[in-house]
Amino acid sequence: MRVRPKLMALSSGLVALSLGLAACGGGGDDGDGGDGAGYNAAIENIVNPSDKKGGTLRMAISSDIDSTDPGNMYYAWSTNFVRLYSRMLLTYPAKPGDEGRKPAPDLAEDLGTPSDDYKTWTYKLKRGQKYEDGTEIKAADIKYAVARTFDRSVLRSGPSYFADMLDAGDYEGPYKDKNLDNFKGVTTPDDYTVVFHLKRPFPEFNELVNFSGQTAPVPQDKDKGERYGLHPVSSGPYKWEGDYTPGKGGTLVPNDQWDPSDPHRKQLPAKIEMIAGLNAEELDNQLLKGDIHVDLAGSGVQDNARKTILTDDKLKEQADNPVGGFHWYLPINSEVVPNVECRKAMIWAADRDAIWRAYGGDVGGDLATSIMPPDVDGREKGTDYYTKAEKGYKGDVNKAKEALQACGKPEGFEVTMLYRSDRPKEQAVAVALQQSMGRVGIKLNLKGYPANTYVTDQFGSPEFNKKNNVAIGTFGWLSDWPTGYGYLWALTSSDAILPAGNINISMMKDKQIDDWWDQAYETEDPAERAKLYNQIDDRFRSEAYVLPGVYAKSLMFRPDSLKNVFFHKAFGMYNYSTLGVE
Amino acid sequence: MAGATEHTRDGLPEAPAGTDTAGTDTAGAAAGGGQEPPRAFLEVRDLKIHFPTDDGLVKSVDGLSFQLERGSTLGIVGESGSGKSVTSLGILGLYNKRNSRMSGEIWLDGKELVGAPESEVRRLRGRDMAMIFQDPLSAMHPYYTVGAQIIEAYRVHNDVSKKVARKHAIDMLGKVGIPRPEQRVDDYPHQFSGGMRQRAMIAMALSCDPNLLIADEPTTALDVTVQAQILDLIRDLQEEFDSAVIMITHDLGVVAEVADDILVMYAGRAVEQAPVDDAFHRPLHPYTWGLLGSMPRLDRARSERLMPITGTPPSLINVPSGCAFHPRCPYRELNDGKSETERPELVEVEPGHRAACHLPLEKRREIWTDEIRPKL
Amino acid sequence: MIAFFIRRLVGGVVMLLVISAVTFLIFFGLPRAAGQSTDQLAARFAGKSPTAETITAIKERFGFDDPLAVQYGNFLKSIVAGDTYDTGVEKIDCPAPCLGYSFRTNQSVTEQIVDRFPITLSLVVGAAIIWLLAGVSIGVLSALKRGSLFDRAAMIVALAGVSLPIFFTGLLSLTFVVHAWELLPPVSYHSFMDNPFKWASALILPWVTLAFLYAAMYARLTRAGMLETMGEDYIRTARAKGLPERTVITRHALRASLTPVLTIFGLDVGLLFGGAILTEQTFSLKGLGNLALEGVIGSDLPVVLGTVVTLSLAVIVMNLVVDVMYGILDPRVRLS
Repeated sequence: MRVRPKLMALSSGLVALSLGLAACGGGGDDGDGGDGAGYNAAIENIVNPSDKKGGTLRMAISSDIDSTDPGNMYYAWSTNFVRLYSRMLLTYPAKPGDEGRKPAPDLAEDLGTPSDDYKTWTYKLKRGQKYEDGTEIKAADIKYAVARTFDRSVLRSGPSYFADMLDAGDYEGPYKDKNLDNFKGVTTPDDYTVVFHLKRPFPEFNELVNFSGQTAPVPQDKDKGERYGLHPVSSGPYKWEGDYTPGKGGTLVPNDQWDPSDPHRKQLPAKIEMIAGLNAEELDNQLLKGDIHVDLAGSGVQDNARKTILTDDKLKEQADNPVGGFHWYLPINSEVVPNVECRKAMIWAADRDAIWRAYGGDVGGDLATSIMPPDVDGREKGTDYYTKAEKGYKGDVNKAKEALQACGKPEGFEVTMLYRSDRPKEQAVAVALQQSMGRVGIKLNLKGYPANTYVTDQFGSPEFNKKNNVAIGTFGWLSDWPTGYGYLWALTSSDAILPAGNINISMMKDKQIDDWWDQAYETEDPAERAKLYNQIDDRFRSEAYVLPGVYAKSLMFRPDSLKNVFFHKAFGMYNYSTLGVE
Repeated sequence: MAGATEHTRDGLPEAPAGTDTAGTDTAGAAAGGGQEPPRAFLEVRDLKIHFPTDDGLVKSVDGLSFQLERGSTLGIVGESGSGKSVTSLGILGLYNKRNSRMSGEIWLDGKELVGAPESEVRRLRGRDMAMIFQDPLSAMHPYYTVGAQIIEAYRVHNDVSKKVARKHAIDMLGKVGIPRPEQRVDDYPHQFSGGMRQRAMIAMALSCDPNLLIADEPTTALDVTVQAQILDLIRDLQEEFDSAVIMITHDLGVVAEVADDILVMYAGRAVEQAPVDDAFHRPLHPYTWGLLGSMPRLDRARSERLMPITGTPPSLINVPSGCAFHPRCPYRELNDGKSETERPELVEVEPGHRAACHLPLEKRREIWTDEIRPKL
Repeated sequence: MIAFFIRRLVGGVVMLLVISAVTFLIFFGLPRAAGQSTDQLAARFAGKSPTAETITAIKERFGFDDPLAVQYGNFLKSIVAGDTYDTGVEKIDCPAPCLGYSFRTNQSVTEQIVDRFPITLSLVVGAAIIWLLAGVSIGVLSALKRGSLFDRAAMIVALAGVSLPIFFTGLLSLTFVVHAWELLPPVSYHSFMDNPFKWASALILPWVTLAFLYAAMYARLTRAGMLETMGEDYIRTARAKGLPERTVITRHALRASLTPVLTIFGLDVGLLFGGAILTEQTFSLKGLGNLALEGVIGSDLPVVLGTVVTLSLAVIVMNLVVDVMYGILDPRVRLS
């Protein structure tokens, strides 16, 4: 998944100057209580464990949530946050380490049971679960929640897996057809059984159900369509006090109808304040002082705070630098560079060391081999093709020239490279590539575009790329769920190509890869599937469709007053459902 | 108004009672005063007003002496830069001690003004001495009604209610000849015609019955017909209030109309002072002759040329040595160089008639009778 | 007077129409002229990886494929006659003048504007009072003490104030005053109704930062105006009347020199309602300027149109107020 860009970083140069002065002027720590648990302590362990109730937890983000409606959100931090006021059929366990990555039952008694052909999945609902107003949650509510995701004109921001995969004919959603019985994609034989009917077999259906909030129950009579997100009805430990105000935030208060036997959540703070649209640098300042407890975006602090933390021992003990599941890589457009040898030349010429430094060096991430990052289930490191994931590796000019000869362009060629203009790191990467490829005569014309249109209008638009001769560009991806399917499908399947917002930027229509995808649908055994995914990853690289980059690490900060903090491997950030505050 | 001596104000030395009309006390005035008490209502002794600037010291008024009695009008004439306006502003004490240097003595009704503290002089301004200016449109505040400005002038010196002051303002407007004063009192300056506006300014200046009125080019900005009305008005008011009036102008015609005495200034100095008849019929200074000669007259043949004074007015920073007029004087050769080295003193040549010139008196009379007068 | 008002009113309405049309063209016409397809535009509101069905559904929902004239016509119609808004479940009435609903957040634009208005109002009013008092008094003192050390120092500081960008002074002051020295609480908006003291102490930093910029301009302006006025003839007359110097300065000189300052003040305040974007960004204040910016960044046309129209209205109204004010202050300008 992509993390929302920080939109508010205006004039970062001057900001860097003025705040750099402040940073030089003397650290930030005001000696609040004991030392932090230690640098990177929260990656494998729960830091500051506590069951004490009370306090106000303050969570902030510099942009805004895509939606507070559990059926209409997509970003990882949103699905992490939604657990505070929503329970789903399945959810991730609130545990550090690998235990947190596997789907676990939430409202359902157990994981879904597939039919033999993996086209039907049955879930049994726990009894006595209630909404914030005391009404019991029934199977029809889950069915309704799934049904409403079918109307893409109303709920536009969420994933469309259900609408794509469920066998529902031409059902257009409950807003156009109020009779829920006409929705055949999900059936409810009784009040506590939910059955999903798929168009084709899909062995990872539990993962799919688990990753989003789209199975959080929605009472049909309380649904407000587009505006439901202003006050979603809670099934979790907290409920909204009043409405959520987009762009500004809202307040959550304890929900006394929540079942405390819920193992994945805690109800510790007396109040939770969610603040949206706080200037990113200001957010960091308040975070470091403990005025704000959580940066909801979960992608780490900005550059200035990073410097401050790394140079101050006391602050460093409250920080973690995990690999977040994100891979910054550079897809190569096979429509613009159809000859595989030319693509190989580009990869050979690339200065991997410079790219790694541009992303921040050691603190920024690790040099990548496979496209799937290490946290994906069953992923193998794989082999380097036409490059080396080694520190100091600056590309191989000779091999690049050989490849150019083989593709019939010994003098090189000229193409365009895109990057996000409001991200200095990406600009640095672009410049580094321009220089390194220029050594062999491959001339890159650099063009920068703002992040908010990059994926819809430019790099993610096949037509734009063709028209502008775009051969390569900076990109990043985080899987919807940590299997190879969740990571690679959108990047490599020919079915995934879209006119706008396209992620298969390499424009791969590789028959072998498509066959392997079809095979994966039919494969029951997760280990077997993982093997297929590794093959797909391998071919992705061996056919030179992509230049691997860096597995991103983010520097995250947890103030001492924050309790039960740990890094959740599936979300790629701290877990939000069990936090307490002093 | 009562006679020259009033009850003591501020405890400053009083003038002795019963002073005569201007001009009789020759010795005292000519000698430049010192601490001798003044005889006239207004007596200026050796007044100097200098302005230090980056380019040098500007000597706008450089040793001026004259006298004036109540009920009498003194016309001060001269070219631009002669120091006439500076003199009047100096009398009113409107120059800032920071950027000007004033020396000499100004006695007003027995009070010396040059050495007096600013607060004292301010109290006299508007009340005992007032000024009317050349352009009444720019000289009145555009945002306040004429009535408000008159009321303000009145109330700063008289502790009365607004109602009483307003009535007084209406009276004054009527007195200066403005029709329907009770309506016009609430009009703004820009709503008056030029002549009416000047009348209003006169009303404002006279609202406190000042004993000394200085009028600086009061008619220059007006039509000729209106001019006559204003001059008449000033004279009528002078008669009514028995005020001393200084009329500053460059227009000899105006002076001939209204003045009792004339003071001719050049380069900050007095060059001739005489009763008006003498000044016109028996002037005894080459500069005065020049002024008369440059005046267009209806009773002269058109074909006759004007006789302008040659040369240009002098710099007030580098005033010519000796007689300030000498570079432009046709007769300087006749003085054996004295004009260049020695500054002529203002001496009495006839009763009430003074001039500052090195040319011997007889010679001057001769030149006037034989050369100048026939040509005029 | 009435005719004057009516003329200006009509002019104002025409101006608003033109502004809204131009804004509409810029945001909807220009990208199309540059080659953006409606698919791409729809994809912006679709979260990540939208399917083709999603894109089609969005285009239909918002009418992106309608001709521009039709879309603009709908906008005008909703302002005049109101509109109904379909949330999928219910139809909400949007009474005239209806400024539309945000593509992104589904909130009524009018609601958002009304919600954010007090914040911008607080920011602007607070800063305006400070800068007017500070700027004018410093300007007057400088003029009266022209050439003195005070004057020179004040004008140099004023030059700095005018030249330094607001995000620089703002961020610096935030870093030191709030974070390093902890003299003030973090900048945020508290309602005046709840707690006036909290309201003021949390906003004082943006007030001062914004005021610094304007006070500098006003000090220079007032100084120049005072110097010019002090040389006028009527000042000499006032002194000649025997008025005390204090009265001359306040009732005569200041009164006249303040007129242009006050009229500029009216215009500045009007513009600031939508123009305080940098200040709002620097201090994370969710005001109208911030709303406009979010609308632009998010291609959220209803929000952009709504804020632009509202803010233009503010400027037009302030222009009218200023004209009337001038007429009141300066009798020579009064139209009869």
